[in-house]
Amino acid sequence: MWLWFHRLASPKHFYRVAERLNPWLGSATLVVLIVGLYWGLVIAPPDYEQGDSYRIIFVHVPAAWMSLFVYAVMAGAGAVTLVWRLKVAEAVMRAAAPLGAWFTFLALVTGSLWGKPMWGTYWVWDARLTSELILLFLYLGFIALQSAMEDRRTAARAGAVLALVGVVNIPIIHYSVEWWATLHQGPTVTKLDAPSISLTMLAPLLVMALGFLLHFATTGLIRARCELLEGEARSGWVRELARRRRT
Amino acid sequence: MPTHPSPSPHHTRATQALLEGLGLTGARGGRTLFEEFGFRLGPGELLQIEGPNGCGKTTLLRILCLLALPEAGEVRWNGMPAEEVRPDYLAQLAFLGHSPGIKADLTPRENLRVAAALGTSPTHGINGVEEALARLGLEAQGDTPVGELSAGQGRRAALARLSVQGARLWILDEPLTALDREAKQRVEALLEGHCGSGGMAILSTHQSMELRDTAVTRIQLGATVRAGEA
Amino acid sequence: MVRAFAAILGRDLVLALRRRGELGNPLVFFVVVVTLFPLALGPAQETLARIAPGILWVAALLAATLAMEALFRSDFEDGSLEQLLLSPHPPALLLLAKVAAHWLATGLPLILISPLLALFVNLPGQALPVLVATLALGTPTLSLVGAIGVALTVGLRRGGLLLALLVLPLYVPVLIFAAGAVDNAAAGLSAAGPIYFLAALLVLAVTLAPPATAASVRISLG
Repeated sequence: MWLWFHRLASPKHFYRVAERLNPWLGSATLVVLIVGLYWGLVIAPPDYEQGDSYRIIFVHVPAAWMSLFVYAVMAGAGAVTLVWRLKVAEAVMRAAAPLGAWFTFLALVTGSLWGKPMWGTYWVWDARLTSELILLFLYLGFIALQSAMEDRRTAARAGAVLALVGVVNIPIIHYSVEWWATLHQGPTVTKLDAPSISLTMLAPLLVMALGFLLHFATTGLIRARCELLEGEARSGWVRELARRRRT
Repeated sequence: MPTHPSPSPHHTRATQALLEGLGLTGARGGRTLFEEFGFRLGPGELLQIEGPNGCGKTTLLRILCLLALPEAGEVRWNGMPAEEVRPDYLAQLAFLGHSPGIKADLTPRENLRVAAALGTSPTHGINGVEEALARLGLEAQGDTPVGELSAGQGRRAALARLSVQGARLWILDEPLTALDREAKQRVEALLEGHCGSGGMAILSTHQSMELRDTAVTRIQLGATVRAGEA
Repeated sequence: MVRAFAAILGRDLVLALRRRGELGNPLVFFVVVVTLFPLALGPAQETLARIAPGILWVAALLAATLAMEALFRSDFEDGSLEQLLLSPHPPALLLLAKVAAHWLATGLPLILISPLLALFVNLPGQALPVLVATLALGTPTLSLVGAIGVALTVGLRRGGLLLALLVLPLYVPVLIFAAGAVDNAAAGLSAAGPIYFLAALLVLAVTLAPPATAASVRISLG
């Protein structure tokens, strides 16, 4: 087991494993997302209060979950980057950032689209939406730092510190925003999540969450492979790979 | 005894080596500058790194100071990986890089006091401030802000910092730039005094130095010349 | 170790005094930004009083952020920063001394002038002690957290805007609790809760930020 991890830590080996996994993950993503969407949008019953407009949660909630999960992945990879200086961890961290930013963005857009029928306006300073917005800023800061630094390895280690600082801050930000929302509570604040969700709605939601997770794994691995190719462009195995592809 | 330009450091390995470089590989911006570089340095010895611009002299010195990470290889101090004994190693290290490491808004005397306080033996260091100024001929400039001194005087003030830090190992990146003939002689005397009392020095320079009583090893740095192997 | 801390603290304070001209900049910025609000919103006393805590805290936060950029710049340029890393003393401690000196030179003046600005925006009198307390507890946290961002961007040519992008989201909790406390006090409510939170954030920042700053400086110089 340890040996397996050790081998996976080498860029060359990781690249090969990821290359082999990608088609399987990609097909699984497609199947699960189609099943989840059909189940959520067609089979699941309409909500007795919100009618059909609630169905956006099948995108919104998984996207919001993923936005946090991806940040945790980044911070984990960042810790490995700092402690063991593994190039694979650097690649995973950098690959995850834009995906996390997109999930966050998607959660914000779907949240505000949902807000229109519920609150009559596209944007309400709801605690959850505000937290998501600040999370998006954290992602954008990370991406900006990566593109500002020329040396890839320095950039990766700097990004790792930033991701870890961010991960310590996210609970604090979340809590402070909750406190802020209760302080300024208006008359018509409704929570985004239903107090209790029936099984008929929960099941497709979980399927969609799985689909999002698979999607992240697929695109994350593709992006990590690109990162490794770029970072290792001068190394023997990449040259070998390029030579074989050409012939 | 004249300086002996020996091609390999092994000729001077008469004493116990305190500092060792093992298989060091340095890179900058993805480009490998030198590979498998090794050396040993013991008390009283001086190592002169030579090579054309861009061959990685600065990168090597920064790796030895633990400021930069090598792509491969290890720096050893007293037989231990230097990273593991970091505080002990740094306590014995004084570094002068391209930037002087002193503040232009402070006088040489103030700068040296701060440097002494950051060193291992602050009291000893602060008592040595006047002597250090005298050695580099800065008695008259002791209370003028460094920014108002000439480039050469500023450089000398930066060099004076080395002796108040109380370190055994000096790592100097191009210490002779911007120095006139007289100042160069002072630096040579400083190095001789340091190595004569059991200190060690590693420096990069293009100029030839006149050191009479110090064992000098010269190493050519470059990816093609794999000095220190065998 | 105490000696090394004191040496850096003393050195940076002397340097700040020798560059007295730059000391006033964050202060003037603070005053100017606060002045912009009445110009944008109109001089109606009630409106200003209602949003005074927010105005004062946002302006203080921006002034603190702008001042942060210079924290390590001259030390980076003249090599003093690498000398800090080469000292046998823990770099986190020496960097903490630098942050402390920087706060004394840039943060403390903001606190001292805040009563005057509170007058400008018609902050209710009973909220004034709370404003000063939140600034005293909040701005050191901003400096400590900001130092991480400065350390990450110190080697970059145009780090200023990037620095703001990195640290402003991290400043959100301080802003929320500080402005909330002043708001509470202005409304005649107790401000103790958020002030305790600010104190907790400060303790957390003093503990966690210096090692992160040291790691960041090491990465930036590597």
